[in-house]
Amino acid sequence: MSEPLLNVAHLRIEFNTRRGTLVAVDDISFDVMPGEVFGVVGESGAGKSLTGQAIIGLLEPPGRIAAGEIRLDGRRIDNLPYGQMRRLRGRQIGMIFQDPLTSLNPLYTVGRQLVETIQTHTSMNHEEARRRAVALLEDVGIPAADKRIDHYPHQFSGGMRQRVVIALALCANPRLVIADEPTTALDVSIQAQIILLLKQLCEQYDTAVILITHDMGVIAEISDRVAVMYAGRIVEIGGVREVVKNARHPYARGLMGAIPSLHRRVEKLNQIDGSMPRLTEIPSGCAFHPRCPQAFERCRRERPDLVRVGESQVACWLYGRTS
Amino acid sequence: MPAFIIRRLAQSVFVMLVVAMVAFLMFNYVGDPVHQMVGIETSMQEREALREALGLNDPPLVQFARFVGHAVQGKFGLSYQYKRPVAELFEERLPATLELSLVAALFSLVIGIPMGVYTGLHRSGFLSRIFMTFSLIGISLPTFLIGILLIFVFAVILGWLPSYGRGEVVAIGGWTTGLLTISGLKALIMPAITLGMFQLTLIMRLIRSEMLEVLRTDYIKFARARGLTDRAINFGHALKNTLVPVITITGLQIGSIIAFAIITETVFQWPGMGLLFLQAIHNVDIPIMSAYLILVAFFFVVINLIVDILYYVVDPRLRVDMGKAGGHG
Ligand SMILES: Nc1ncnc2c1ncn2[C@@H]1O[C@H](COP(=O)(O)OP(=O)(O)OP(=O)(O)O)[C@@H](O)[C@H]1O
Ligand code: SF4
Ligand SMILES: [Mg+2]
Repeated sequence: MSEPLLNVAHLRIEFNTRRGTLVAVDDISFDVMPGEVFGVVGESGAGKSLTGQAIIGLLEPPGRIAAGEIRLDGRRIDNLPYGQMRRLRGRQIGMIFQDPLTSLNPLYTVGRQLVETIQTHTSMNHEEARRRAVALLEDVGIPAADKRIDHYPHQFSGGMRQRVVIALALCANPRLVIADEPTTALDVSIQAQIILLLKQLCEQYDTAVILITHDMGVIAEISDRVAVMYAGRIVEIGGVREVVKNARHPYARGLMGAIPSLHRRVEKLNQIDGSMPRLTEIPSGCAFHPRCPQAFERCRRERPDLVRVGESQVACWLYGRTS
Repeated sequence: MPAFIIRRLAQSVFVMLVVAMVAFLMFNYVGDPVHQMVGIETSMQEREALREALGLNDPPLVQFARFVGHAVQGKFGLSYQYKRPVAELFEERLPATLELSLVAALFSLVIGIPMGVYTGLHRSGFLSRIFMTFSLIGISLPTFLIGILLIFVFAVILGWLPSYGRGEVVAIGGWTTGLLTISGLKALIMPAITLGMFQLTLIMRLIRSEMLEVLRTDYIKFARARGLTDRAINFGHALKNTLVPVITITGLQIGSIIAFAIITETVFQWPGMGLLFLQAIHNVDIPIMSAYLILVAFFFVVINLIVDILYYVVDPRLRVDMGKAGGHG
């Protein structure tokens, strides 16, 4: 087995606020292998975006990495000086945001934005960079790319803009792309296209993807492995087949139940009642216990850690060894 | 482009006509023009003859048309005070006001934009706080007070700069300029600062808040995530996106700089249009007043037109084939 491309170990993200320190991401660890699609799923507020921002070094103050390490190819990147981290962005780690309508600078042609990014990371001259930009636009499926390259973002539809965004994220050929809900803002009819495009391109370029989403269906469709997050922690992590078909954690099972899948018979749609706790009021013990149908005494007192269950790892006392 | 510019032009012409109407009404119906022109001993017949000669008995519409026609040619009649054509007086005074206004505007932009960018980028830095405090002073102190304070310090106490007048001027064609002589430049410093101070603080605060706004946008975050340099992000992407509101405000401000020059010109006894206008008000010199009104309106309209064209240059979304209006926000 090869070395992981990305290794996140015991990452903890905190916010210092007037009302004290809030822990938004608490001791999460995972690996991403070269070229794989790693899904991160969970309800709103689980800490998915913060995790992605921490990896690419763009956490916004007052958010900060309070503990843990992030390694790319074995090299620590969470404590790099600003200039070095900047050169890594785009070149080693790319990012795709949720809303293609606002991700592009409205005042510049897409070509200028592409050329600028390519030239930031390579020694290509303008001509070469432009040729590469056209090729990229073709790769992401923009018709008449050699003409469209001189158009402004507002001249593209939402789906086309997200294709441009993907081209921009991939233009310096990064080893890892963090896609934070890349299709949420898009029309349902084109979401699948964009997801498949992303998957296909990353295969083609041998780029690994961290795919952040609420949508277990999307994860089931394209990812290799998946981490389920709840209240700043990973509650279950494993191969996608295992987690989707055979979710162990009650929260993960709830999410799976909510997949409106065409491929799978859903016996019963078990929505999870209630909502994610706010950072200020994360419950004791297992943070999920107030909503968990199977909670018992121990869940309220002690916090479960990830333990191996079958081929996955699960943080739930239902599976914990008695200590 | 043409359709858009033509529409704006038509609007401008309309605005100018409305202003001309006001000026015309003022000219003809505030006081009696004839009364202003003749002595007490003039007989009724002579007055009536003069009325006829001036066309004051024609139907109002005809008079208005004539008024507009003259205005277009720069003919605004004789000043009651000076008994000289208003156009001639304006020609003498306009360079002083325009030079003062442009230097003041330049001063406010050249200092205000960098200060705004700086305070936007280093929100809580020490220097930013100083700038912000300073800008509060600039916004809250009335213009004349700034002028008087400057005079007190630099003219009265230190004696470095002249406290009034325009210094030596050089005539180039019909234009007199104070920009080419040392004394002219020295005389320009304090009035320009006084006049530009308010605009400077306004522009600085505007750029700052626009920068803060733009730096929070997704496209800036995405630019950072692509590893662009800070320089490219701050100046190439962020600053340019602050320009549309800045152009608007600057345009409006240049108009009001010209209008507000009245106060500064009074404080510094600057021989410009503003001073002329104030004297005209004092002496109910209607031709000067109405001509001044038209001229200032004309400046506003021209500046607005330039602003519109600049928008068009800066923001591609305005250049679109209107069929595909882009989402923004
Ligand atoms: N600047 C901040 N100050 C305080 N709390 C914050 C700040 N930014 C984010 N948070 C909190 O951190 C938690 C995790 O946020 P994050 O954006 O990672 O959630 P997410 O899983 O991406 O959710 P979503 O699906 O809504 O995007 C949320 O509870 C959020 O309220
Ligand atoms: S630890 Fe307890 S409360 Fe938490 S998920 Fe497992 S059973 Fe439910
Ligand atoms: Mg998010």
